[in-house]
Amino acid sequence: MSDTEPTVDDSTDSALARRIDDLNRIVYRFRQNPMSVVGLAIILSFVLIAVFAPWIAPYPSDAGHGGEPAVHFDQKFESPSADHLFGTDQAGRDIFSRVLFGTRLSLKIGVVVLAAAVSIGVPVGLVAGYVGGGVGMTLMRITDVFLSVPPLVLALSVSVALDSSLTNAMLAIAAVWWPWYARLTFGEVLSVKKETYVEASRGIGATSFRTIFRDILPNVLAPITVKMSLDMGYAILVAAALGFLGLGAQPPTPEWGTMVSQGRDYLPGQWWYSTFPGLAIFLIVLGFNFLGDGLRDMFDVEVQ
Amino acid sequence: MSADSPEPPDAGSSSTESRTAIHRAEDRAGDPLVSVRDLKKHYPVSDGLLNRSKSYVKAVDGVSFDIFPGETFAVVGESGCGKTTLGKTVARLYGATDGTLTFDGRDVTELEGKQLRRLRRDVQVVYQDPSSSLNPRRRIGNIIREPLDVHDVGTKAQRRDRVAELLRMVDLPVEFRHRYPNALSGGQKQRVAIARAIAVEPKFVVLDEPTSALDVSVQAKVISLLDDLQDELGLTYLLISHDLSLVKNVADRIGVMYLGNFMEVADSRALFRNPLNPYTEQLLSAIPVIESHEQSLKPTAVEVQGETPDPQNPPSGCPFNPRCHRRFDACDAVEPELVEVEPGHLTRCLHTPGEKREEVRKALPDGVSFEERDGTLTD
Repeated sequence: MSDTEPTVDDSTDSALARRIDDLNRIVYRFRQNPMSVVGLAIILSFVLIAVFAPWIAPYPSDAGHGGEPAVHFDQKFESPSADHLFGTDQAGRDIFSRVLFGTRLSLKIGVVVLAAAVSIGVPVGLVAGYVGGGVGMTLMRITDVFLSVPPLVLALSVSVALDSSLTNAMLAIAAVWWPWYARLTFGEVLSVKKETYVEASRGIGATSFRTIFRDILPNVLAPITVKMSLDMGYAILVAAALGFLGLGAQPPTPEWGTMVSQGRDYLPGQWWYSTFPGLAIFLIVLGFNFLGDGLRDMFDVEVQ
Repeated sequence: MSADSPEPPDAGSSSTESRTAIHRAEDRAGDPLVSVRDLKKHYPVSDGLLNRSKSYVKAVDGVSFDIFPGETFAVVGESGCGKTTLGKTVARLYGATDGTLTFDGRDVTELEGKQLRRLRRDVQVVYQDPSSSLNPRRRIGNIIREPLDVHDVGTKAQRRDRVAELLRMVDLPVEFRHRYPNALSGGQKQRVAIARAIAVEPKFVVLDEPTSALDVSVQAKVISLLDDLQDELGLTYLLISHDLSLVKNVADRIGVMYLGNFMEVADSRALFRNPLNPYTEQLLSAIPVIESHEQSLKPTAVEVQGETPDPQNPPSGCPFNPRCHRRFDACDAVEPELVEVEPGHLTRCLHTPGEKREEVRKALPDGVSFEERDGTLTD
């Protein structure tokens, strides 16, 4: 956000030095918690995999790279080997390649869902908290209505009402997710609003808009960021759950939840089909949780 | 703009006495800069879930006074007496429940929106606790520049220069602009808050206990800085404080506040030499002294009695009567008015001395009559 960054008009040569200073401090604090470093390493690996999947994956076409996923029925259900690290599925597709490409989908789900949830929830919480009164009450009661429905059930009904597709699954998850951000932001704004610097901002003659964006938002960002990193894992998990229930991405999309679901039919004989996508889900959720815990310690905030 | 003064003008503090004397003579003749009439600020109190109650805390209850250009008007009183509420209402941070507020000849009681924001250019506030009045996520330079940005003063380059100049004016190194508030000490933070307050060259600054959150060693420096800035920039101050000894050296006039109202208003010297109100007497005798000759400068020692009453349930009659060492029988029956006993010296007490005594009593309702027996009023 605008003002925590060094401004250009301050002497430029030292601006760089200050930026490095700030960065060093952040890195230092982050490294105090080894778990968060592990989490960051896991997440960074997944990001790299997602970006370079077409080059890393031995059989990109099996994952649908450059068209529909290829089929090789002559190679179906091969157990893990040097050729097919994670084995092959019922259509002879390389599961390793599909898991790698699945990273792209999972990260995309996490990012899109959270971006949507945050961009609805945070403004609602900001306005409700800052304006207060009847407007705030109304907004928060609407939020409560959404919170009173179990998330997976609401997501299920949204996906059923619309078609089963990855886009609709993301929509459904965002619809159940934003109220948590509204509530978190609302609570934070209420406590920040009492700070004297908010009153001082008004006393200077700043508009409400300015006060909200300069003085309130930067001071509620830390818990929101922490919650986002913790939620990334959960969002991916929910998307996988929807995929598993057949309401998310449809086969043969290389989505982890969908793959686990398909592989279920061939357990325990072809154990590798479900296991490796499952492990991927496990690892990415773990990574985001570690990272989120680390960030929470770093910012020293409470998230629920 | 009193711009290019690289070295801080430190001559001001020693000549405070003579300066205030001059100010008094000159300024009182003119029109007041701030004029407060019958100002009230009541807070509704709800009891429990059923929001039916109509009880109010009368934090400020019918206060009137003027502040003249260039002077320092101090409001002193115990915590909970409404002095901070008074200051913030006068600064238009809070809306008044009733009464009028005139600034520079203009009624500003009802100003809203854009016009109110424009008024803020002339009226600024320095808050009690500098640790919470500065946004921890913004750099000092940006904090000080904020009022300039808000009021669109000058070009970007001019604002940057102005920030450097303001830092110099409050005796802070220019490099501090890059720091965050948590890297500064309490006194330094308060200097930043002061720089922010004077950035847009206001006419009037409300100082809400500007030193009470600071170490004693730093308090004097901040006070002398405020004093210098007042000389340099011709500022008018409303100084809120609970510390009479601090106010003594700085204030031109003092209003002693108790339960939302003034008990006594007087020139600083007159108040210390000749306090007319028993409450002021108690406050003065509570000032700690070190040497015995200092003790002799104070009025007869009177012990402060009891605690401040619950503002939701103020005592009947004179608000101070339960704690007063000169209490009469009639004191809980009649609420005295604030009367001018000597030119510029007002007090609220049935003990009003001299020729005004009759006037005070004439103003009393018919049911209550007074006779003096053995120095005691009875009805």
